[in-house]
Amino acid sequence: MLKRYNINRDILTLSAILIIVPFFFQNDFYYEIAIVSLLNSLICIGLNMLMGYAGQVSLGHGAFAGLGGYIAVILGSKYGITPLFSIFIAVITMAIFAFIISKPILRLKGHYLAMATLGVGIIISIVLNVEDELTGGSDGMSVDSFTVFGYEFNSSLQWYVLCAILLVFTIWMFTNLINSPFGRVLRSIEGSEKAANSVGINVSHYKSIVFVLSVVIATIAGSLYAFFSGFISPSEASFSHSIELVVMVVLGGLGRIYGAIIGAVILTILPQLLTSFEDYQTLIYGAIIIFVMIFMPKGIASVYEDLKGRLFASNK
Amino acid sequence: MIELFGFLLSGVTVGFVYALVGIGFTVIYNSSGIINFSQGEFVMAGGMSTVFLLKAGLPLGVSFILAILITSMIGIVLYKLIAFSKNSSQISLIILTLGFAIFLRGLAEVVFDKELHTMPSFVGDGAFDMFGTVLTYQSILIMVVSIVIVVALYFFFKKTKTGQAMMAASINVDAAKLMGINIKKILMINFALSAAIASIGGVLLTPITSTNYEVGIMLGLKGFAAAIIGGLGSPFGAVAGGLVLGILESLIAGYVSSEYKDAVAFVALLAILFFMPGGIFGNTKAQRV
Repeated sequence: MLKRYNINRDILTLSAILIIVPFFFQNDFYYEIAIVSLLNSLICIGLNMLMGYAGQVSLGHGAFAGLGGYIAVILGSKYGITPLFSIFIAVITMAIFAFIISKPILRLKGHYLAMATLGVGIIISIVLNVEDELTGGSDGMSVDSFTVFGYEFNSSLQWYVLCAILLVFTIWMFTNLINSPFGRVLRSIEGSEKAANSVGINVSHYKSIVFVLSVVIATIAGSLYAFFSGFISPSEASFSHSIELVVMVVLGGLGRIYGAIIGAVILTILPQLLTSFEDYQTLIYGAIIIFVMIFMPKGIASVYEDLKGRLFASNK
Repeated sequence: MIELFGFLLSGVTVGFVYALVGIGFTVIYNSSGIINFSQGEFVMAGGMSTVFLLKAGLPLGVSFILAILITSMIGIVLYKLIAFSKNSSQISLIILTLGFAIFLRGLAEVVFDKELHTMPSFVGDGAFDMFGTVLTYQSILIMVVSIVIVVALYFFFKKTKTGQAMMAASINVDAAKLMGINIKKILMINFALSAAIASIGGVLLTPITSTNYEVGIMLGLKGFAAAIIGGLGSPFGAVAGGLVLGILESLIAGYVSSEYKDAVAFVALLAILFFMPGGIFGNTKAQRV
């Protein structure tokens, strides 16, 4: 039955880890970090699909997640729409938005693409800061509690379970997608857009689909984060958040399914560990990024794979 | 009319600083193909170092020169790090420069502080009265120094042997190597030069806008926008881009909305990328990946 639904060993391992880990949580703070890690992982899976598989860099996904979150929150607080439905509307709106901007943006390549996504991201964050009547400005706004059909999410455990299930489901979809003809098309685009074009692949169409998909995932995670933390501020949509997400994906390992999760978890936990260094926090954080990029330019997941490869090779 | 003239003057002043940051980007991009996200932090390092050297009691001239030297050394450190990670892809090099930017910001927090600093203008607080609006001495200084730098760079690239070698290396690395040009040395000079130019911008701007450890983020991005608006790869395009950006920003802030001032650079950036990907100076390298 597992085979039939394409549930492989990696997904079972991930699920097992997600079930075991909470037993080591000593208080709500652990849950909080874990939930943020899971939501960041979600965004990074989408971003990894865009960057690692289709080869299109985005320095704006923090802003997309933040804007999606704001739309969901504003719909709820100003128009009294239930959370689930407002997230749904946010997803639709952001998907349309992503599709519209994807055509001119994804025509650009390399650094130009990076700069264009960065530009869109920064414009979004400036708008969220300035339109304070709607968004509460730089102070942010508080968010009503998250209820699904009258069932209220108020404990950390409920949130953890929700996010964990969402992550496993997304990874399962992602694995299937990557190993489908669609995934092979993406990788051919990453390899060479011209070659992909020459064998009849509508490159611009596929690039748009991946872009929209990654923005949809970011929107879902961004809105859930707002509902979970009970608060949303423009810093969710800031340039540094977008950068943080890209660093997570690259640090974990571009084009490696579990790399995004590894990167997201490490970079979510790291600042918490560094708080004891107080003033030196930013310094050490930067130094670690430099260190990883110099010694593991293909990311942490690649080191694990190399090790695994070497172990198996020596067994033979 | 007087109002417009005032906006133009302040736009040109800031525009020259964006131009300096943009030139710094271009110098590194041309020689190594790397987009350096720590360019803005070089600007910050220049301004902050000068402020603190002044506080330590050094005379202005000495602080200024020391700050430029310090920032050039930082540029060389970045080059060494990049040279050390030989087989990295473009994206991991971008992340490396981003990490370096975060590192420099952290360093500034520790070595200096998180406060906002300013310093006295180099040439006094006086100003000319021009057609009813004022042009401060500091603005004139920024314009003059920037123009001198641009002219000096032009002669450096055209007339000196090192400059020619740098041009050659940016056109074709392998051919330059075969001609006996020491690429490593050239790249190192490029990084130091780029950092020095950016730090001069930072020092000049500090008396006008003041500085803190985070000031580099926006300045760096706007300098980058200037470089792309002018046509990435051309130092003189960066100057044009910087001026266009400075003037647009000042006009929008004056006539439309000061809150959206910071968005101008990025709207202009997107407009250029969508409609004239080669920049104002339409160069053919635009599609280079």
